[in-house]
Amino acid sequence: MGKLNLDKNTIKEARQFALKIAKDTQEFIDKNTTVSVERTVCRFLGVDGVNEYDVPYPNILIDHIVKYGDLGIGISNYLASTIKATNLGILEIAYAVSNKEIDITSYPLLESSEVKDILAPFISESLFKIKEHKSKRDSYYDKYGQKDGPLLYVIVATGNIYEDVTQAKAAAKAGADIVAVIRTTGQSLLDFVPYGPTTEGFGGTYATQENFKIMRNALDEVGEELGRYIMLVNYASGLCMPEIAAMGALERLDMMLNDSLYGILFRDINMQRTFVDQYFSRVINAYAGIIINTGEDNYLTTSDAVTEAHTVLASQFINEQFALFAHMKEELQGLGHAFEINPEVENGFLLEISQALMAREIFPKAPLKYMPPTKHMTGNIFKGYVQNTLFNIVTITTNQKIHLLGMLTEAVHTPFMSDRYLAIENARYINHTMKNFGDEIEFKEDGIVKLRAKKVLNDSLNLLKEIADIGIFNTIERGIFAGIKRPINGGKGLKGVKEKSGIYINPVLDQMEKELKEEK
Amino acid sequence: MGYDLNEKNYSKDLDLSLLTPYGDTLNDGKVQLSFTLPIKNDEKGQEAAKELAKKMGIIDPLVAESITLDNEFTMYIVYGTVIHTIDYPKIKVETVETDVMCKHEIEDFIDDHFNRNIIVVGASTGSDAHTVGIDAIMNMKGFAGHYGIERYRNIDAYNMGSQVENEEFINKALEINADVLLVSQTVTQKDVHIKNLVNLVELLEAENLRSRFVLIVGGPRITHELAKELGFDAGFGPKKYAEDVSSFFVQELEKRKHI
Repeated sequence: MGKLNLDKNTIKEARQFALKIAKDTQEFIDKNTTVSVERTVCRFLGVDGVNEYDVPYPNILIDHIVKYGDLGIGISNYLASTIKATNLGILEIAYAVSNKEIDITSYPLLESSEVKDILAPFISESLFKIKEHKSKRDSYYDKYGQKDGPLLYVIVATGNIYEDVTQAKAAAKAGADIVAVIRTTGQSLLDFVPYGPTTEGFGGTYATQENFKIMRNALDEVGEELGRYIMLVNYASGLCMPEIAAMGALERLDMMLNDSLYGILFRDINMQRTFVDQYFSRVINAYAGIIINTGEDNYLTTSDAVTEAHTVLASQFINEQFALFAHMKEELQGLGHAFEINPEVENGFLLEISQALMAREIFPKAPLKYMPPTKHMTGNIFKGYVQNTLFNIVTITTNQKIHLLGMLTEAVHTPFMSDRYLAIENARYINHTMKNFGDEIEFKEDGIVKLRAKKVLNDSLNLLKEIADIGIFNTIERGIFAGIKRPINGGKGLKGVKEKSGIYINPVLDQMEKELKEEK
Repeated sequence: MGYDLNEKNYSKDLDLSLLTPYGDTLNDGKVQLSFTLPIKNDEKGQEAAKELAKKMGIIDPLVAESITLDNEFTMYIVYGTVIHTIDYPKIKVETVETDVMCKHEIEDFIDDHFNRNIIVVGASTGSDAHTVGIDAIMNMKGFAGHYGIERYRNIDAYNMGSQVENEEFINKALEINADVLLVSQTVTQKDVHIKNLVNLVELLEAENLRSRFVLIVGGPRITHELAKELGFDAGFGPKKYAEDVSSFFVQELEKRKHI
């Protein structure tokens, strides 16, 4: 198989262990719901906006049932029973709850078939919108074609959505294919999604549905001018993971950062909450044709990229299985990895080639997301530019797909417009001048490259065995990923997890899953 | 370092009379610079780098990196906000104002306006041994995808090469009855190119020949403004090609026919 002669049976075995891990976790996921899952249902039913205290209506409804009812029943039955009893519209109900005029937990609960029937028109309307966006995206690709080779991915992070637009347009004109709008520091820990356009934030601005819309329009506009479709990225992560996925689906985002472990490890969000939220968010992304970006690259920002490379591969196997459970096809699985080996390591470049090619060969259909050096970047921008060039060489040589461009000022500030331009220029040069370099080379039997890949794969198999044995929850408690330990009942957001009652129903999830299964 | 956590309070309007650099926000005035000081790499050295940046008008300089080059040499990479602004609308720059045509249009222009071929002689004059400039404009192959004027159907081009004395250059121009003189000055020291260019104009004037030729100079350090000052008809700096130069001289020759 491929240039590395990786052992097929080892890969197969690793996948089987990953499947077991995901299956065990899925049993837990299926038994539980969360406040953010239920708020997401509200959004799909058409609940949007904030009250006079800037509290989003989805939060008002869910906080109400947590307080006066049972989150384990889910919001759907309460809303359907309220509609039946009062004949009010969905938004009228939200306003009335906000004004403390009605108690939606006070009406007689319904059979699940009746809940479905009552809510069906609301759900259809939202799902229709998503389908329209999907077909609009497809029609852009029909018109402009899809690019071969790596897609150049840059970030904008000014903290003001309108300034972000200026920079995103300049980046697209310079040659960027993908623009990610960075969120403000700390949004992942908010248990609500802010509303409306925002012009503030640190190291980025808020992910809001209005901001999504503003940037989408801007990128469509510049894309039409350039005759290319420019992809838009944001973050379906943190405590509002599925809600943001819903907003992205409704505003035609094309990619979402959406990792099963990142929030647990790096934001100290409770693992039970994360796994349940992650599942619904992935179903939404799969339904909307949104590519996810997983976050394995982040492990290497705290762990060593040489000694811990096998944890990246193990996590990719697990993320793949979680995604498949969420009905997400491989073509939407942007599994993450990174060029983070210390520049002082002898033959580090060969190790990077080996690891990047290994990921490519093990996940041939996945649009792998390859991250540039960050950990070993310094204020020496001239050296940083060389590090980024080597990263670009590995990217094109090993045929990575989502090519996240390194900034020479990575360790200094969020990118200047000129930093981004230089990064794009560098990548375009390397990707063009070395286009078929990877096709022309082979690797020595028992050489550094092949032996490295073999070792990382074997180590990762052993790790997966261990995880399958003790389960994902124990694994995280023991600090196996990124060297970070998180307790099962610790972290933020645990209060928002509730075991489903016997009459729980989530008709949005049910409908999406039904259609996704039919698609297969 | 890392994310910029400072509150940003820049004016949101673009006022060109107060033009300042753009880092990632309009009017943020952000600049980057690097330089080397002949001192030790320590805290005092970093302070010196900051002080120097402040004297350049950079408030809140950040030394992103200081790199030891030798015991007593340190390179600094500095970011900061420049306090200076430029009154952009007030800036006046003299540029060549004629329309730029493509090769094919220039050839047609010559057909339409002259009953003959245009004769051009070019050289890199004086002590300058570089032919890259004159070759870029004159050679068949041209430069960066722009064919040189040798390839133009109705231009007779004579490229004399490098280190051509001004007297020799003028004699050649008279011998072939040139319409246009192209002078190239690529690498020069201590402004020797200025003296050489002035000398050419003086020789032409002394012989009463100045108005007989369209006189053009080009080179990386030449601007149109400088060329005019020295008594040339036009000057072309970097990123100007055969089309720019020949568009100018064919239109200038056409204008002179009517005087």
